Amino acid sequence: MTFFLEVLVNGLLVGIMYSLVALGFALIYKASDVFNFAQGDMSLLAGLALVGFLTVMPLWLALICTVGVMTILAYGTVFIIFRPLVARPPLILFMAAIGLGFLIQGIGQSIWGTQAKGLFIGIPEVSFEIKGIFLNTFDLTFGGVAAVLVAGLVWFFQKTRTGRALRAVADDHEAALSVGIPLLKAWAVTWVIAGIVATVAGVAWGSRLGVQFSLSLIALKALPVLILGGIDSIPGAILAGLVVGAGECLAEVFIGPYVGGGIQTFFPYLLALLFLWFKPYGMFGKEIIERV
Amino acid sequence: MFYRECGNYKATYRADIAVFPIPIDRWGLGIMLVLAFLVIPFVASDYWLSSIMIPFYCFSLAALGLNFLTGYAGQISIGHAAFMAVGAYASLILYSRYQVPLLLSILGGGIVSAGVGVVFGIPSLRIKGFYLAVSTLAAQFIIEWVLTHWQWVSGGVFGTIDVPEMYVFGWLIDTPVKKYYLVLCLLVLLVIIGKNLVRGQLGRNWMAIRDMDVAAEIIGVSLFRNKLIAFVVSSFYAGVAGSLITMTYYGAANIEEFSIYVSFHLLGMIIIGGMGTVLGSFFGAGFMVLMPIFINQTLLVFLERVPSDLRANSEAIVFGGLIVFFLIVEPYGMARLWQTIKDKMRLWPFPY
Repeated sequence: MTFFLEVLVNGLLVGIMYSLVALGFALIYKASDVFNFAQGDMSLLAGLALVGFLTVMPLWLALICTVGVMTILAYGTVFIIFRPLVARPPLILFMAAIGLGFLIQGIGQSIWGTQAKGLFIGIPEVSFEIKGIFLNTFDLTFGGVAAVLVAGLVWFFQKTRTGRALRAVADDHEAALSVGIPLLKAWAVTWVIAGIVATVAGVAWGSRLGVQFSLSLIALKALPVLILGGIDSIPGAILAGLVVGAGECLAEVFIGPYVGGGIQTFFPYLLALLFLWFKPYGMFGKEIIERV
Repeated sequence: MFYRECGNYKATYRADIAVFPIPIDRWGLGIMLVLAFLVIPFVASDYWLSSIMIPFYCFSLAALGLNFLTGYAGQISIGHAAFMAVGAYASLILYSRYQVPLLLSILGGGIVSAGVGVVFGIPSLRIKGFYLAVSTLAAQFIIEWVLTHWQWVSGGVFGTIDVPEMYVFGWLIDTPVKKYYLVLCLLVLLVIIGKNLVRGQLGRNWMAIRDMDVAAEIIGVSLFRNKLIAFVVSSFYAGVAGSLITMTYYGAANIEEFSIYVSFHLLGMIIIGGMGTVLGSFFGAGFMVLMPIFINQTLLVFLERVPSDLRANSEAIVFGGLIVFFLIVEPYGMARLWQTIKDKMRLWPFPY
């Protein structure tokens, strides 16, 4: 039983990390209908930039500079790539995002190098035990950071003027335009927020796995989370992240040995598929009602 | 002036339903076929045949398959390389372990792949749009897992099966020219079948589903049947393409060659080439196969002195940049570009 709990808790902590990436997807999809496949590459870029800046400046300044890089990226993306593609079919936008992913990856690795780099930002990784469950300070810290980030986002979207404008854009582009909200600027702000979320995810995953090319693949881990929660739902992304994280760890430990192991790569997809069969728009996704 | 659609009178029903009703199109196609069958094998070097033309043909076939599913039937699949892998492994297992004749085992690879395609097509009956797209990734990961973890399938620890010597009707296929002909013959056959599929009832059903599936269902198009048939045909083509490229180009079935990036490339091919057109599959495959080679050949000459990191990544940058550029300039793909050129050639060089 203790073992079960330990796997569960660790799974939940991993799940928070998945939620962070899925959150970036959901934010951008909600605001601009772009299925942003470059979210993982954005995390990679943030990780690379942070490692690069850390060699010459203290942590707090490096973090600010990294967010600066993500801001430039966000504005560049929206105004150079997605402005000419406004009102194109979603599949075209999706492909553009894949192209953007290649671009970000290539440019980031050209500037900061291709080889794997360690990232240490001063959070100690100490294991300790509570009632027989082994926990890790690093995981707990990032769980806390993620919680603060999500709370901050909720506050931002509910209470600030910009946040309300962004929600208006997400609801209805034309209605938002007609009350004077600049659409492209709103998108750019959304991309900046997604960039910040990607930075946190990039730092969390980068400290764990090292900053390298494979960091961009965490997007693939976040996709089942995204569809399980509903593509355009922020609470969905968080809840589904926890479900998937816990589910895949439990499956790997308790089912894995019987079928040969390594089922973590596809178990989340199976879970999402099964769930979607009964609820095709995920847990909290907006149901699209079609009329002929 | 140069592209004339007029003055072409149809006197019989046969002429009225011809695949290419305009004489100049038929001539153009004839010239292309003569080039492909009689000129290229004798002019091109072995390098060109075996590492450019053969992958180009195989990827055209795979892109055509994906185009049936995504371009015609409107079901996005981003796990399509997995079906190529199924075809590759299945045909090699049939050919090298059970001594099935080569052509039959390629066909068998396609059929097994089609069977797997049906299974992964079932979610499309409930799930739509990007939800479905992500669900098709499940195919990619599950198939990759099966191929690497089941010893019976992969035949060894490394998950690879080597291609043995290939015989068609007792005739050894060993040189690039013979392999080229093998691929080309199957490609032409399958493209003819495919072109006729999409202009018949089935293709129209698919297009109706793509444009609006609720409306299609109301006018009596069975979503269940047609969506699953789309998955069957599409993964059959992917499977044949996968087995062909493995036998004639890679030389061994290896799961690494069918990774998720290949799936993205396939999707890129049909979007850049033109969705819902047979011609676009060829344009897109040409673009995606030739572009990396072109980038490598040209940039390496210019970039002798640049840092190695930049050189290693220049391919990704140029590739990503070109995808984005193409989507901005011509979002409906190169097939639409070709249409525009034809429209211009109708009057050129006169203004009107």
